[in-house]
Amino acid sequence: MADAHTPVLVVDDLRTHFELPIGMVKAVDGVSFELERGKTLGVVGESGSGKTVLSRTIMGLNIASNARTSGSVVYDGRELVGLTPGEMRQLWGTEMAMVFQDPMTSLNPVVKVGRQLTEHMRAHLGTSKQEAKASAIELLRSVRIPEPEERFNNFPHEMSGGMRQRVCIAVALACGPKVLFADEPTTALDVTVQHQILNLLAQQQRERYMTMILVTHDLGVVAGRADEIMVMYAGKAVEKASTSTLFSAMRHPYTEALFRSIPKTGNPKHTRLTAIAGRPPDLIHPPPGCKFAPRCPYAQERCREEEPELQAAPEPGHSFACHYPVGSEAGKAAYEANLAAGVPQTLAAAGQVQATEDLSVVAAAAEEVV
Amino acid sequence: MARILGIRLLRLIATLFAVTFLSFIMTSLLPGDPAVAILGQDAIQNEALLEEVREDLGLNDPIPVRYWNWLTDAAQGDLGESYINAGQDVSQVIRDRVPVTAQLAIMAIILAVLMAIPLGVIGAYREGRWQDTTTSAAVQVALSVPNFIIGIFLIWLFAVQLGWLPASNWNRLSDGVWDNLRTSIMPATALAMTQMAIFSRLVRSDMIATLRENFILAARAKGLKDRYILMRHALRPSSLSLMTIIGINFGALLGGTVVIETLFAIPGLGFRLINAISQRDILVIQGITVFVAVVYVLVNTAVDLLYTVIDPRIRRS
Ligand SMILES: Nc1ncnc2c1ncn2[C@@H]1O[C@H](COP(=O)(O)OP(=O)(O)OP(=O)(O)O)[C@@H](O)[C@H]1O
Ligand code: SF4
Ligand SMILES: [Mg+2]
Repeated sequence: MADAHTPVLVVDDLRTHFELPIGMVKAVDGVSFELERGKTLGVVGESGSGKTVLSRTIMGLNIASNARTSGSVVYDGRELVGLTPGEMRQLWGTEMAMVFQDPMTSLNPVVKVGRQLTEHMRAHLGTSKQEAKASAIELLRSVRIPEPEERFNNFPHEMSGGMRQRVCIAVALACGPKVLFADEPTTALDVTVQHQILNLLAQQQRERYMTMILVTHDLGVVAGRADEIMVMYAGKAVEKASTSTLFSAMRHPYTEALFRSIPKTGNPKHTRLTAIAGRPPDLIHPPPGCKFAPRCPYAQERCREEEPELQAAPEPGHSFACHYPVGSEAGKAAYEANLAAGVPQTLAAAGQVQATEDLSVVAAAAEEVV
Repeated sequence: MARILGIRLLRLIATLFAVTFLSFIMTSLLPGDPAVAILGQDAIQNEALLEEVREDLGLNDPIPVRYWNWLTDAAQGDLGESYINAGQDVSQVIRDRVPVTAQLAIMAIILAVLMAIPLGVIGAYREGRWQDTTTSAAVQVALSVPNFIIGIFLIWLFAVQLGWLPASNWNRLSDGVWDNLRTSIMPATALAMTQMAIFSRLVRSDMIATLRENFILAARAKGLKDRYILMRHALRPSSLSLMTIIGINFGALLGGTVVIETLFAIPGLGFRLINAISQRDILVIQGITVFVAVVYVLVNTAVDLLYTVIDPRIRRS
């Protein structure tokens, strides 16, 4: 379709709310972005910020019956929101594929690796058994699995976690998808293996000219691997920018907090620790105004009353949602006022003290990381 | 593997010891005198004659001695003779009766599995929707109706009303498959309904758990069809408890077809066992009990081995 610069994926005001007896969980609450073919978007946010729900909503893979989706997802010129599961199935595997978080549970333990690699090739592409086997072995080789012929006949439990994630990547690549979702593909793996897997994904993405959405809670993971980054908080995009812009000119205090929480000595395993003071907000009854306010070192009165809209920054393609952005005069003033007033999260961010109960959790977490 | 089989064999022997000993004690505790049963009520006055018979059969020895004698004979394949039908070998009785009951049990299990898998799979796949609620209700009914009622209903419908099948009687397999089927299909169905209900509930609940697994979501994300996912990816991991219960219930059916055998006048093991119990025909009771126990343990051992086929992860441990 069209030239290389038309976006292959246009997401507009996408929302997924879950209906519960106690209220609506606004897991994804008005997310928009565009992604060009062959680019990688890093989606970053804490646990519970809606990253998984977002990627599953885009793919139409939202199995919960209490999910309510609105907004628009245009893939390759075609609206996906509202398609039936039967219509979406035509796209799964061939157009869009997903690598899941936990390779230990996302392969069927009682089905041989070979079948799991070939069954959708045969179903979608009508490949013969021998052809499918040949290309599966080729795939295994391309994801750097030694002795692919033998591995073809293995059961998943006969492989290590890293090997299994390589198999999962091969499974996702098997039908040549144009868009690849990788939802925290390495958080369940050993530190040493994480980098290999991430590099493998990046390499496959380049070679196949795939569009990739790389979901992670670790800003460090997407640093060198994504073209663009979207930071999510409580179901909303709070900052979007190209990777280099984000790291050189981040505006949102939450992005800054995520940046500070990048583990310096390699990535610890997926511990779901809140490396930022306080907890993510209640998604059913979020606080009025900015949802980050209770935890934000810059927060002022205005933040608690008026929700900041996404606004454009001077750099092209950069936007953020904040009243007192990092690096601005207003931001600096707000921060210093808070510091002087002894606002706990500001003191904590400044590394001076851990005041509240919540902050002591952070302290414990910080020790674990070191 | 050899070690595992060795352990299984030891367990089998220990189980058989326990079962035979217990059943020996219990049958000896049955009220009523086998000697009277043999000689008839008239002989009740003739204590000398009764005593002679008891001495003859070894009934006067202490139970451990009698058990030991029985056991050493049984170990050589001699299960003794019927007290009542003089000259009738217990092994021969079993050999005559087993094919009938075993066929009923096997047919019942196969019918039950064939019905239970689709029902359980549909119930799990459509959990909470009308397909699930209607099948669950039907299964509940099948579970609460005793099998002889189902048998009576089948007789009323197919023998009395429609006249398609004989109401009772039994044609052996050797008389021809078709003739045999005409007499075996109703009792087997009657036995199968309860089993079907138990099996389909198990399949449904195991399947519901399996369908929540990540690998099912991953299979969907590959664009595979739901039916394929259910059959290829979900059914096998959901059938371990089904295998277990099939093993247990097959053993139970071998000894538990009495009512249905009586209803349909089928010359099976259960029929003969009830007979033997009412006649205090101790060696026949003992022989049949041991046979059922052996089959029971063997079937369950086979099921254990089947696990490793269904779930390759078990092979390691
Ligand atoms: N079926 C559901 N019903 C109700 N709430 C749900 C459902 N699925 C997800 N949620 C909620 O949606 C929110 C976002 O969840 P999501 O899994 O997308 O977070 P995430 O950013 O992927 O976090 P993590 O890093 O832990 O994977 C969470 O608060 C979660 O509890
Ligand atoms: S400064 Fe205000 S608007 Fe900006 S993130 Fe903090 S609380 Fe929200
Ligand atoms: Mg997630």
